[in-house]
Amino acid sequence: MKTKSLHKRESDLANSSRQIEILSNGIFKNGELVTFKNKLTESNQFPLRPNKLEILQINLGYMCNQVCEHCHVDAGPDRKEIMTKETMLQCLEVIKSTHAHTLDLTGGAPEMNPSFRWFVEEATKVGIKDVIVRSNLTILRANKKYYDLPEFFKNHNIHIISSMPHWTKGKTDKQRGSGVFDNSITALQELNAIGFGVPNSNLKLDLVYNPSGAFLPGNQAAMEKDFKKSLMDDFGIHFNNLFAITNLPISRYLDYLIATDNYEDYMYALVEAYNPEAVKSLMCTNTISVSWDGFLYDCDFNQMLELKVNSEVKHISEYNEELLQNRNIITSQHCYGCTAGAGSSCQGNLIPE
Amino acid sequence: MQKTYYDPSDLKKFGKISDWNEELGSKFFEYYNSVFKEGSLSEREKSLIALAVAHTIQCPYCIDAYTGDGLQRGITKEEMMEALHVAAAIRGGASLVHGVQMMNKVNKLDG
Repeated sequence: MKTKSLHKRESDLANSSRQIEILSNGIFKNGELVTFKNKLTESNQFPLRPNKLEILQINLGYMCNQVCEHCHVDAGPDRKEIMTKETMLQCLEVIKSTHAHTLDLTGGAPEMNPSFRWFVEEATKVGIKDVIVRSNLTILRANKKYYDLPEFFKNHNIHIISSMPHWTKGKTDKQRGSGVFDNSITALQELNAIGFGVPNSNLKLDLVYNPSGAFLPGNQAAMEKDFKKSLMDDFGIHFNNLFAITNLPISRYLDYLIATDNYEDYMYALVEAYNPEAVKSLMCTNTISVSWDGFLYDCDFNQMLELKVNSEVKHISEYNEELLQNRNIITSQHCYGCTAGAGSSCQGNLIPE
Repeated sequence: MQKTYYDPSDLKKFGKISDWNEELGSKFFEYYNSVFKEGSLSEREKSLIALAVAHTIQCPYCIDAYTGDGLQRGITKEEMMEALHVAAAIRGGASLVHGVQMMNKVNKLDG
């Protein structure tokens, strides 16, 4: 398992324009597979336009205590991009006036941002309905200074969403690093102990599953049943919902696909699984993604590809929801990841069973 | 000219067998899809049975399909290998149990 980000390794794929080039050439350029734009056009869904804004997703930085094999952020301990307090203040101004009902904090490990707690305290004062923190779980056990985070989350009624690639140690550690499974289990037990994810509690704890290799996720409801049974039988762990997320062919996952000679087969599988029904509720149609340096994107994946919103408003300091809503969403071949099967988003399937 | 009997990309064309006999092809796929739906057995259990049978009949298309299907369902490689040993045990046992026939014959002719 690699222990450094693509950026630190100075990999060719650390360059977002190189990734876009790969996704635009080869099987898509020679016509073997239909481009995403043409696929949307076939069903009269091009250009993609926003629906009602529901989620403001803010990336607090790319620094992370883990170096997961498939990370689309290329996060890791060696990434130094961290949101400043000044940008956070600009975000808070937007949170006060937005029509979005959900604030979704992500990273990297968002908890590693030195102003994380201050920002959460300020943001939760505003009265936005749902405040999500995407926690990788191991950060809660990584250092003494994080040990009281579960209590902090409880005091601010945070909705925790955490990655858990499998209910077995082998598959989890293969994807996320040695020791991740045991630490995640301990963290989940601690969260359960103070009320997160347990029956009749308002404190929400959801898990995210994404495949450990070059295949698509299976049925979300069936996976949730298997996760719930195994985590309960083996460790007495409760959680609310499981979100099955498809891996998008960008960054470290793209690197993995190419290195293992799985890229073309994976793109075929995604295109074959294209579901026009999923297009109607894609997360880019109800979300604005804000990067650590305050720029605005249609989604977290476009952020990593450095494809800024196609609007005259491009930065949180000049945020104008009305203007932003009147834009065309930027797409490329990676978008097939969100339209495969039952659809995929940071909230799991797009089409309920 | 194609140099091998099997081409992995042919698996994607399976549905095309209906082109030359729509009625029987459709009936087969309708039956096939019903078989794999959850019943008294879960879809997961059926996937593992399919994987074991695929190895017994040594169908490369089926091995390809049900290995991928298993991974999508979160089935671990340990579970897959155990299922294969069930297939192997039955297959090996089927050879060996005929040894009784051999023994009967030896005993009759040369006992």
